[in-house]
Order: sequence, then structure tokens, then C-alpha cells
Amino acid sequence: MNTSSVAKSTLFMASLLLSTSAVSAAELNIYTTREPGLIQPLLDSFTAATGTKVNTVFMKDGLAERVATEGESSPADILMTVDAGNLIDLVEKGITQPVESTVLTESIPAQLRDANNHWFALSMRARVIYAAKDLDLTAFNYEDLADPKWKGKICIRSGQHPYNTALFADHIAHYGAETTEKWLTGLKDNLARKAAGGDRDGAKDILGGICDIAVANSYYVGLMRSGKGGEEQVTWSNAIKVILPTFKDGGTQVNISGAAVAKNAPNKAEAVKLLEYLVSDEAQKIFAEANFEYPVKAGAAVDPIIASFGELKIDSKPLTEIVSHRKQASELVDKVGFDN
Amino acid sequence: MISAVRSWPKGRAGTRWLLGAGIIACLVMLPVIALFLQAIQGSAGLWSHLVSTVLPTALVDTGILLVGVGLITAILGTSTAWLVTAYAFPGRRLLEWALLLPLAVPTYIIAYAYLDILHPIGPVQGAIRWLLGYSSAREFRLPDVRSMTGCILLLGFVLYPYVYIPTRAMFLTQSANLIDASRTLGISRRAVFWHVALPLARPAVAVGVSLALMETLNDIGASEFLGVRTLTVSIYTTWITRTDLPGASQIALSLLMVVVALVAFEKWARGKQRYSTGAQRSRAFEPRRVSPAKGLVLLSAGIVPILIGFGAPAIYLVNEAWKRIEFAGISPRFLSEAFNTIVLASAATIITVLFGLLVAYASRLRPGAATAWLQRLSTLGYAAPGTVVAIGVLIVLATFDGFIDRTAMAWFGVSTGLLFIGSGAALLYAYSVRFLAISAGGIDAGLARIPVSFDHASRVLGQSAAGTFRHVHLPLSKAAITAAGLLVFVDCVKELPATLLLRPLNVETFATHLYGEAARGTYEEASIAALAIVAIGILPVILLSRMGQGRQ
Repeated sequence: MNTSSVAKSTLFMASLLLSTSAVSAAELNIYTTREPGLIQPLLDSFTAATGTKVNTVFMKDGLAERVATEGESSPADILMTVDAGNLIDLVEKGITQPVESTVLTESIPAQLRDANNHWFALSMRARVIYAAKDLDLTAFNYEDLADPKWKGKICIRSGQHPYNTALFADHIAHYGAETTEKWLTGLKDNLARKAAGGDRDGAKDILGGICDIAVANSYYVGLMRSGKGGEEQVTWSNAIKVILPTFKDGGTQVNISGAAVAKNAPNKAEAVKLLEYLVSDEAQKIFAEANFEYPVKAGAAVDPIIASFGELKIDSKPLTEIVSHRKQASELVDKVGFDN
Repeated sequence: MISAVRSWPKGRAGTRWLLGAGIIACLVMLPVIALFLQAIQGSAGLWSHLVSTVLPTALVDTGILLVGVGLITAILGTSTAWLVTAYAFPGRRLLEWALLLPLAVPTYIIAYAYLDILHPIGPVQGAIRWLLGYSSAREFRLPDVRSMTGCILLLGFVLYPYVYIPTRAMFLTQSANLIDASRTLGISRRAVFWHVALPLARPAVAVGVSLALMETLNDIGASEFLGVRTLTVSIYTTWITRTDLPGASQIALSLLMVVVALVAFEKWARGKQRYSTGAQRSRAFEPRRVSPAKGLVLLSAGIVPILIGFGAPAIYLVNEAWKRIEFAGISPRFLSEAFNTIVLASAATIITVLFGLLVAYASRLRPGAATAWLQRLSTLGYAAPGTVVAIGVLIVLATFDGFIDRTAMAWFGVSTGLLFIGSGAALLYAYSVRFLAISAGGIDAGLARIPVSFDHASRVLGQSAAGTFRHVHLPLSKAAITAAGLLVFVDCVKELPATLLLRPLNVETFATHLYGEAARGTYEEASIAALAIVAIGILPVILLSRMGQGRQ
């Protein structure tokens, strides 16, 4: 083995693997942080209806960085992600472009899309309370999470998770940073275990007797209760009931999943078509039935499991305002040692 | 020929190797430099925030985690390696390779698995409650596994093979003469371990522990899942939640400096001691037969780490995967994921091992400060968190693609677009940056055991540096090279953050599929992929064990 054969084999391997990058022009490329299992049914039905082949790559951290470094040659047409903050980041990084489409603006309420038409919400989820079934509790305010009567009884995931920072940012929007810091300290003191794991662990931990209530997203209950994850999860979800909490002077905190057309999209026309498809009645029904999310389109039906939680009253604070407090919320989480 | 002898060790061939190693070190450094450029963009107020809130906890937590995992891996790895080399008892052969099995279980999988196994509604606590006569988890439950102790134990029990492999290889090839001499001088078996075998194996233990610690620093899945706030978790928070990449790069670079300091300290502590043995062929060291009763005790002691690090999570996964197959069948995606996983990992292994050979051999040909630094630099990528390396790789390749594109435009009027980004090549680059430390370190340790007098003899007999390498070093260090290659392969299969960020469109591997399901909280749908990752990890273990037996 000498250096020239090293170089040769390296070149050989490189050329072999380079060939995978070719993408033909008649297709549509999606970069997504939404898990493939969630969006594949939607994309399949789009392909069936239009004949356009959809290529996807699922990533988590760094989607924006990848698109930005790819620059003008980027093959990405659509950027899809959850959390309003993430969508606004995409716009601020300058990797999206505005879309003029009356289908989109007519289907999606104004507060659920960018004022300049850079991003559009496609579905919503609420930050709700899971409570032990036998607990005498029917209504709840987010403010109560800091009430000492819940000491050692609350489960929640990491305070730095976007779902939680969005909730805390919403609290800042209502009460300001100082009050939120006190509230977070109170909530931290009430935790039954470390702020870690996932949302669904909340239900499991209630069943396991670790806590009485948990803060989690609405759609997990649908996934569990529907039996899609197997019998065991039906048991977990039957150990809990779901309460739609509200701020005392507002409503339930919701977050969104959404999409934007990439600035250098090679297939912009198809990209817009896909976005329009995603707010069609058919696609909104899939969001509701397959993923147990709240549809964004007025009049689209919610899945019965989700509907059983009661009427959703969305909090009044605009998404953009909540997002503007996100960094502060994240710093408060550090400051009160929420995750320690 | 005469000139080759005269100019040794600074011959032209040596220079070529040095140059090659230099190029590789540059390739590895580029992403780190890219990060540095990110970092100096500045991040207003980040450090004052970190110092006043995060750092005190993060530093203490990271420190406790590293010390804990370091101790557990060192103790488990060294003691099990000694157990299977120094004593002969029924089941030893089985233990020899079974002790490697935890290597097949990625840290994030072990965290998910144990959370379920040890959960109040899981099998272990259920059995305990049944035994003690409690009816519900509200009456009795064990402490939560989501804790520092839980994290240290779990990481220690999956990472100890990093110490076991090099240490066992060291024990095996330590000259029996040394052991015999000590025995002749009347010291006990136990004293041989403490005073001869262990001090001689120190480089191997050090390499193993440092690999395990870097894996620990890199781990984001397990520690985040178990609620341990390490510096790495802070990097992610800064970057993701506060969209502050410069700030995240600054923390990542500080972390890197800590690692560089650790490695430098280890080298300094080892000083100028040389560990190669004499030139005469060393006899393999004879294990001692023990009584059946003692054999049983030794066997049980060896089985415990395997059960904890592999047995329990594997049984759990098989059970979950089986339930899943009964419930939903096997998805057709499974085959393509298997193909992608194996092709990517194999290609990356070949490249990484070749690079590792080059770096390790260059420092043998030209020992000195320059090669020592090259070697250290080229292993930096292992210490940085995977996603952060991936971002660095992305920036480097974007620059490179842009350069090619502009050149092609200027010369031929053709746009080449993106050649490397979004192709398998980007991934291979990231893998080799990440895992060069494993191959270079392992191969270096293997080469270190070959007496330098062999090199002299070969060169005097007219062989070039490359010829000496082919005819002397390669055959003698084959075991070390294979072992290094296997570790790299398994690590590539398990690698998540860089794979997730850099892979081409429509390419899904087992690890990315597993992550996708875990991210939406549907672990059960990923149990088949998780089991597959573990199964692939077992293959090299079996290969390694066959190789070990062939040699005996």
C-alpha cells in the first residue's frame, strides 16, 4: 500500500459516491425537519394526483445552514419545519422567497402565515396538560403550573426544547420576563423528575406513578389512543385525560408546522402547487386523521379523538410576538436552572 | 540503496509520507478552521450569560460524567481483558468475543431501552413490586434512571469495549518473557498484573479511555434523554434554540481545547517511555488454569458487563421488534436502508483506515514534534460534536464546490453546480474527519509494538520505506489495523448527527430512520431499525473473535 494507491482508491470511492447526487429537473425536492412518517402519506397522494415525483431528505439541526451553504445551486424547493420560530429563522437567513397564491392566502388565516408570504402554516398542535384519570381536575391555567400544591407532581421535557421555549415565550408575551422567571422557578420546584425525555413519556410516567400531570403536545394522545402504536400505548393513554389549558387572560398555546419555498428553488411552480395541495381539503384531512394535528383551514374537520378534548380556544398573542421572546425564554431556562 | 540507508530516517520516502500525513491533517483541520471563522463572527453577550448561568453546572456535570465514565470503562475494560488473558476457565473463549458485544449498542439506543426496562411500568420494577407484594407503582418505585448516576452507568457499560480491545491486544502480545521473569522473581499473579502487565498496557488503556471519553463528550442522545446537562447539550441549545451558530462554534472550540489539553496531558504523563519489546519473537502468554469453582466465579464476573451492556437491551429490542413485526410487518424501506447503511459505512471505513495508516506510519518514519502534532491535529474531529463537525464540513465543501463551479464556468462555460454537497462524498468526508482518531490511534498503538530495529534491518537490506511498510509493518500490525477498521465501521453505522445533516436526497439509513421515529416519539416503529444497527454491530465482533482465535 503506497500513497498513490491510497489516492487512487480514494478517488475511486469518491467518484462512485458522487453519482448519487444527480437530480433531474422534473421533480420536486423537499428538505424537512418533519419526520418522514408524518409527511409521506401527504406526498404520496400529491404524486398520485399530479405525477410529480417528490424527493425528500429529513434532517433536524442545521437544515437552514445546509440550504444557506448550498447557495444558488441548492436543489431544495420546499423547506418544511415545525415551530414558528424555526420558520421565521429561515426567512431571516434569507433562504426563502415570497409566494403569490390566492389559494394559500384564502385558505390560511392571516395570523398563521407570514405577512410577506414567505411562510405558511399547514397544521397546528396545542400544548396541553395530561392528567391522571382519577385526578379531580377539569380546567387548568398555565399559571397554575407554578402553584406549590403541585410540588413533586409535574412531568415535562427539557425546558430548552422548542415546544417548551415557545410556551415560556408565550408566558413572557403575557406577563413579561420578571414574572415568567418566578413562574419558571415555581414550575421547576414542582417537577417530579428531571426535565428530560419526550412528550409521550409524560403519559407513561403518570401511569408509572411518577407524576400527576404532564405538559405535552396534543397529537401524541391521538397517536397513542388510536392504537396506531400498538395495544400498550392505548393502555398508557387510557391512564390519562387531556385538559386544554389556557392563560388566565388568553387561550391555549398552539404551535404550528409549516413550509416555505426556497429562495433558489429550481422547481418553483411545482413547489407552489404542492403547498396549495397541502391546504386542500383532502390534505388537511390527512393532517387531521393521520397525524392528529389541528388543520389550519377554516372548516376542516378535527379528528374525533382530538375533538374530544373540547373546543380549542387559541391564545391571542400573535406567533411573531411569541417568537420574538424565544431567545429570552431560552436564557431564562438556563438562569433558573430548569434542566439541572 | 546506499543513499536510502545513509539518509535514514530522513529519506525522501519518509518526506512523502510526511507530506501525505500533512495533507490529511489539513483535510481534517479545514472543518475546524471553518468553525473558527464562524466563531470569530462574535456572539454578543453569550459568554457573560453562559458564565453566570450555564457553565458552572455544565462544567461540573461534564466533569463528573467524564470522571465517572472514565473510571468505569478503565476498570471494566482492563479487568475483563486481564480475566480472559491471564486465566483459563470454561467459557473463556466465549467471553473473549462476547465482551465486545456492547460495542454494537449505540448510546442513544441504550438510553431509550433502559428507560423502558427500568420504568415503573417496565418489567424490572413490575417484578420487584410483585415480589414485595405491592400492587401499584404509586406505592413503591425505584429511583429514576434519568439521573447523572444512570447516565454514567449506562455509558460506562456500553463504552468499556473501547478499553477492552486495545488492552487485551496489549496483554496478548506482551512478551511472556517479561511475565515469566517476574514470576521467576517470585511475585504473585496478582502482583504481575499490578506491577508488570498493567504499567506496560498503559498506552492501550489510555487510548481506550480517551476514545470512550470522546464518545461521551460527543454523545447528545443519551445524556440529553437522561437529563444530564453537559457542555455538548449547551452547544446545541445555543445553536438551535437561540439560532446562534457563532456562539455554538465558540463553545465547541473551547470544548475542543479541553480535549486537546487532555490528550497533551496524557502524552506528557507518558513521557518518553518506549513500550516496544525486544526483537525476539514474543511467546504468547499462557493463561493459568483455575479450579472449576473459581472458573465459575470468573465466568460470572465476565458475564455481568455483557448482560448489562448488551444482553438486556438486546432482549428488549428483539421483543419490541417482534411485537412490531406482528403488528405492522417489515417495511419495504428496510432493504434500501440496509444497503445505504452498509455501503456508506464500508466506503468510509476503507478511507479512514487508509488515512489512519498514512498518519500513523508517517509518525513512525519521522518521529518528532512535527508528526506528533500532525497526529494530534488529525484526530481533532473525533472530539467535536458530530453536528458541529458536519457544519464545518458543509462550509468547506461549499467553498470547494463553488471553486470548481467557477473554474468550470471560466474554462468550459459549464456550471457543475454542487458536486460534493448532498452527495455521498460529503458524508464520507465527515465520517473520516470524525473517526480518523480511532483508526490512527489504533494503528499507531499496533505499530508501536514493532521494534524499531526491524525498520533498521529492513532498510539496511535495501527496502524502501513503503517496502518496509508492506513487508514488515503491515503483516505485523494486521490485527491492530483490522481492529481499528472494525471500530470505525461500527461507529459509522451508529453515527447520527452528521449523517442526518449531510446525506443525499431520498437516502435513509438505519440511524436516520431510528432518529426520525424517536423524534416523533414513536420508538416502537424504529425498533426493527434499532435491532438492525445492533445486529450489524455484532458482525465485526464475530469477525474479530475468529481472527483472534486464528492467531492463537
